[in-house]
This record gives sequence, structure tokens and C-alpha cells, in this order.
Amino acid sequence: MKKKVRNKKIGGFSIQFLPYSEIKSLDSDERLKKILGIVLGSNILILQGKLKAEEESRLIGDTMAMIGHVKNFKGIELAVISPDLELNVFERAKYKIATTLSGGDLSAVTIIGPASVVKEIKRDPKKIELLLNK
Amino acid sequence: MEGKGMKSFFRKVLGIFKNKKDVKLGFYGPPNAGKTSLANRICKDFTGEEMGSVSKVPHETRHVQFKEKVEIKYKGKSMTFKMVDTPGITTRIDYEEFLKYKVGKKEAKSRAKEATQGIIESIKWLDDMDVVVVVLDSTENPYNQVNITIVGNLVARKIPVLIVANKSDLAKANIKKIEEAFPDYPVVGISAKYGKNLDEFYEEVFRISKKVR
Repeated sequence: MKKKVRNKKIGGFSIQFLPYSEIKSLDSDERLKKILGIVLGSNILILQGKLKAEEESRLIGDTMAMIGHVKNFKGIELAVISPDLELNVFERAKYKIATTLSGGDLSAVTIIGPASVVKEIKRDPKKIELLLNK
Repeated sequence: MEGKGMKSFFRKVLGIFKNKKDVKLGFYGPPNAGKTSLANRICKDFTGEEMGSVSKVPHETRHVQFKEKVEIKYKGKSMTFKMVDTPGITTRIDYEEFLKYKVGKKEAKSRAKEATQGIIESIKWLDDMDVVVVVLDSTENPYNQVNITIVGNLVARKIPVLIVANKSDLAKANIKKIEEAFPDYPVVGISAKYGKNLDEFYEEVFRISKKVR
């Protein structure tokens, strides 16, 4: 079977791309397990789409619980970039229906990395800057 | 007409006996935005006591703190709140960051440990809030993922949100940027430290809280 998760090494760090189809059928527990597996391996994860709000907060809570228990783990850096949503009410409703039908906001991108690797994710609404640790 | 009049009379009488619940008012936001400073100001103004200690060192509040029966009076109206001040939420905690504030290594490590627990507590408490004031530092970039995650969680739980752009007294403050980042929510620019623009804050808190009582 063809492996869909692609790895790319940049400057010693491994970047993994995860298409939404890989997590689409998973429940929240399985999704977080998969994400944590990648991030705890000192990889930066670029996920197509975005997690649910509850999944994001669970990810923060779960990773907080690991600090002090997992060696050299200081937490994560997380950022979501969505398409510019300066839409009127009608367009917004249409966008909402489209994202619901596709099972998620596929035009968004989520970046998650271990804080020991990613120093900071600087974001403004239109761009993301990834500052790496040394 | 007569029936309607009777109905409204009974509703009024019942209203007197109806036990209006205290509104659970949560203060959420990133570390060092001024959650405790704002909660302290409100408590001091209406109860004479403060809620917790404030500090320049981030994560000063490391446990969820409560103040029951805080009766806020504003423009002849009165409402009773249970105030819940929470530790600042962040995605990373590095004990070495505390060393910059002249905190000893041992204390920095224990502070970091407590702060991580505090964040877990804050997230757990989200479910129990009636209204949440998200306190942001108006001198910082509002497009921080933690801010967006907190607001996203509140929306998913259908909890009304008021965004406070704190530290408006500082030259670097940019309240407009916070309004632009959260166009769907009321934003009030204040200075908790100097008590600036608190009237507008109370006005909004009353307006939002009325709907949940």
C-alpha cells in the first residue's frame, strides 16, 4: 500500500505532510494519537485542514501533561492558517455548507511542531513564519 | 386584553420569587494579559477584597481562583456573579524562561510544573462557564493560536464571549488590531491597571449576562 504521509528533511528537521484523508475517518482519540506520534518524534507536522476546537484544546491539555514526563519536551507550537474570510453573511453561509459537506475546512493548513524544535510560529492573517531553534 | 394583563401580573409576581442564578463569569486568555488585574479591580470595587496576586513573571496564577457572590452594581442595575480567574493558557512551558525573571532554578522548575497543571485546569473549567471574558494584551499580536483556540472552544460550547483589549494605557496598545482579529465579537479596550474605560466593560458584561440568566 502506498504510504500517504510524506517526509522531507530540511536543515536536519523532518517535516511531515499529512493529508486530511488520513485522519478523516479517525475519531478524536485516534487523531490526537496520530498527531502526537509524529510531533513527539521531533517532526514538524503540516496537516491539511484543521482540527475541531475541542481537539485543539485537548491537544494542548494532553501535551501539557507530558511536560516533565517526556524528556526534553516543552510543549508544542501550533498555528492554523485559514483562507481570508472577509465574506458577507450569504457567502459565509455558503462557505459553511461547503466545509460541512467536505467534512472539514480543507483549505486551512495546521502546523504543529515540538517547542524544542520550533522556537516560535509568527503569524498574521495572511502568512505564517516558522522560526526554528538553532 | 384582560387575560394578557393578568398573565403579565402573575409573571411579575413569580419573577420576585424566582431564584435568579449567579452568573459564572470566567476570565481566560494568554499569560500576562491582565486577567487577575481585571478580576482584582472588579472584586476590589464591589467587595473590597482582591482575588489573587499579580506579577510581571508569567504564570503568576497557577490555579483556578474563585470569588463567590460578587454583586456588581452599574447604573442602578445589579447582578451577582461567581468570578472565576484562570491560569493563562499557552502551548509551551519552558522553565528556563522563568530564570530571566531572577527566579531560582528550583523554583522555576516547580513553577513550570504548576503552570502546566494550571493550563489543564483552565481547559477543564471551560465547560462550566456561563459567560467568558477573554483578556488579551493589546500590545501583542492577537493572532496568537491560543487566543483563536480559546474563542473557538467557547463558540463550540455556545458560551457568550466578551473580548477585552487590556493595557490600553501603553503607547504600543493597538485595540483596532484586536477588533480586526475578532470581528464577530464585542471588543472593549480597557486598562485594568488604571481602571480606564471600565464603564463600557460593565455595560457589555451586563448586556451579555442578561441573556444567560
